[in-house]
Amino acid sequence: MHVMSRLRIRGFATFAPSLSAISLILLFLVMAWSQRANALPAFARKYGLRCSACHESWPMLNYFGQKFKDNGYQLMNDRDAPIWQNPGYWPVTFRILPIWHRVSTGKVLVDTYTAGSTTPTGSAVQRVTTSGFDLSGLDFHTGGTLEKNFSFYVLPSSDPTGAFHFETVMARLDNLWGSPWLNVKLGKFELDNLLSEKRILTLTGNGGIYQLYHFIPQGDGNIFGQMGDNQLGLEVMGHNYNDRTRYSASLLSSNDGTTQLPYGNAYTGFFTASQAFDTGKAGVQRVGGYAMVGEAPTTWITQTGPSGSLPLPGGGTGNKAFSREGFVGQFYFGEHADLQVVTQHGQDSAWFGQGYGDLIDGVATANNTTGTTLPAGARPPIWNGILLEPHYIYSPQLIFIGRFETIRMQQQSTPGTPQSFGNITTYTVAMRYNPFMTSRAGFAWHNEYNWLHQDGTGPTLGLNSANVNTSEFLTGFDFDF
Amino acid sequence: MRTRLQKWTLLLGAVAFLALPLVSRAQLSNEQIKTWLNTPAATSHIGNITGHAPDAKYDYRRYCVGCHGELGDGNGENAKWYDPPMFPKPRDFQLAVFKCRSTPSGTLPTDQDLFDTIARGMDRSTMPQWSTFTKEQRANLVAWIKHFSPRWQTEKPGTPITIPPEPEVTPERIKAGREVFARVSCWKCHGVQGMANGPSAATLTDDLGRPIEAFNFTTGARPKCGDTDQDIYRIFMTGLDGTPMPSFADNIKPDEAWDLVFYLRTFMPQHSKERELAKQLNLKPVDPNAPAGQQ
Repeated sequence: MHVMSRLRIRGFATFAPSLSAISLILLFLVMAWSQRANALPAFARKYGLRCSACHESWPMLNYFGQKFKDNGYQLMNDRDAPIWQNPGYWPVTFRILPIWHRVSTGKVLVDTYTAGSTTPTGSAVQRVTTSGFDLSGLDFHTGGTLEKNFSFYVLPSSDPTGAFHFETVMARLDNLWGSPWLNVKLGKFELDNLLSEKRILTLTGNGGIYQLYHFIPQGDGNIFGQMGDNQLGLEVMGHNYNDRTRYSASLLSSNDGTTQLPYGNAYTGFFTASQAFDTGKAGVQRVGGYAMVGEAPTTWITQTGPSGSLPLPGGGTGNKAFSREGFVGQFYFGEHADLQVVTQHGQDSAWFGQGYGDLIDGVATANNTTGTTLPAGARPPIWNGILLEPHYIYSPQLIFIGRFETIRMQQQSTPGTPQSFGNITTYTVAMRYNPFMTSRAGFAWHNEYNWLHQDGTGPTLGLNSANVNTSEFLTGFDFDF
Repeated sequence: MRTRLQKWTLLLGAVAFLALPLVSRAQLSNEQIKTWLNTPAATSHIGNITGHAPDAKYDYRRYCVGCHGELGDGNGENAKWYDPPMFPKPRDFQLAVFKCRSTPSGTLPTDQDLFDTIARGMDRSTMPQWSTFTKEQRANLVAWIKHFSPRWQTEKPGTPITIPPEPEVTPERIKAGREVFARVSCWKCHGVQGMANGPSAATLTDDLGRPIEAFNFTTGARPKCGDTDQDIYRIFMTGLDGTPMPSFADNIKPDEAWDLVFYLRTFMPQHSKERELAKQLNLKPVDPNAPAGQQ
């Protein structure tokens, strides 16, 4: 239900216009209260630079921040090695968010009861809305240099219950043979996406990820092509002196970043290349492309136990192919506005499309064992998507974010499936305001609204449409120290 | 139907919102900005690019103000944490004294000098290489830097020194460079082996009395004002204003200057040709106690 409608129901209708004006005044006061933006923890403490030097708005990198990252978290000024730092310097940042959010999901299948009965007697479809105070997980970011041209990043990350996993663990050899064109990274790391999901400026459940980076067609069993997930592997990347030209090539285990080899012997390649252009007052524009090409298991060695026949971890074979490729553009319109663009053309093997793939996590429903044949007419699922993310940066401390994403199925794996089944469209708007930042800590008041629409994924129950709309509003304090 | 109170509240809110940009400007304004920002001196000219100081305000605030300060006096909020000589203090633009110039000692640098410094950064300090900026951004920042000091209103930049074409490096030139190194007493600060351990090294301070280190040629580090042969030539012929490094333009002839460049490169690990020649010559460090002309 719309917020204003709720206010009217509660008898506040006459107060509503004043509320708008008061909101404007509050916004004015908050913005007028701006203090100087300073540096953020970890790297900022080391170099004494303001957060705004490297971040368009923390945590999203700007061009200079991207260059710093590409140099292996080095300014290349002969003061990069930790030996130059005060021995008490500890390159760690903690990040967590207390929030209030309201999540509303349409067309949820729920039980119905008849009067006097305690057992469900039927089903119905209704919207379910939940709101309340909540927490994000806790991230421990630690990274930097071990020595000049030896850098590292370790990120233990918890879910909101405090259960930890390693989101990032990597070491990097920088500027091999004195050349910025050759840097080698080993470990678990974020793929070299120019528009980084790990540095996303939005936080809601659906708006806090790039749908394009995680899209899996309905019924598809391939979890391995999620380019937004950190992956285990080896990356070679390089760039020229001012980072105008950059490339990367990664060899990844096809396990979606899961440790202990739970899947099988399969590998994926991820490749990027981009070129930036100096366009005078407009800024530096960058265009590039990426391609993810890999194989992943669809067949599993099984073992019968008390719970029946289960796939053996590490027993994946029957590798089948998948690919994602697209264009990336970062367009700047002066100091205050920019537009980030990512497109994707994706394709999975027909085997994935028919539900073969990740049996270990139960994502896939079928096992491609010897003698299995694909259903007649089964085809590779193919889709196309685009992501548009404009930003308006009022000042380094205040940014307005918008996003539009849509993913459209071009070809369903099973003939006869509605063309639009599983299509996604989502809009996100957000505002991040940093009333202060120091070289010791950072703080942002974050407000966001996300709306996501998915075709055909709701229950039908005789309805004309089974499309599902989900929305979320979130407000909270994003802080690190 | 809205009450009068509601209407006034709405109006006040709208006015407050529309006044936002003005308030933000007020936070950044100061007397210097008002006085100099729109004068002809608050522009820069780099080739066919003209930089305008007002256009750099946003970039200066985003990238520079943390060290150089709102008033360009080198007292940004991070400056107090820099501990010279390991981390030099940020440049005070109000003094308009700059190390890296193509112009004679004591004169203002050219716009191109400042433009190059922004992209090159300052090694062995926290000044990064801002090579990610567009040329327009850098030109605007040069103009912005100039608006901080009245010197730019009353003085013109010096005339850049002329650097003759670089001759071929020969053993004879390296030996001649060694003589120059001894004659003008480079070793007193830089040490006889270029290791920044000369007898005066420990006592060096800049013009503001802060400790400062001589350049150690042997670590592979780049000189602050550039590492090309022309840059090295320029450094000792113009001096580094504000530091104990003087200009030797009156003591070293242009041809001798190239000899000295070649000799200095024998200390630098990134120049293997000169080091190899020095090894073949069995070149010994200069003797501080040797009589003049008898090195």
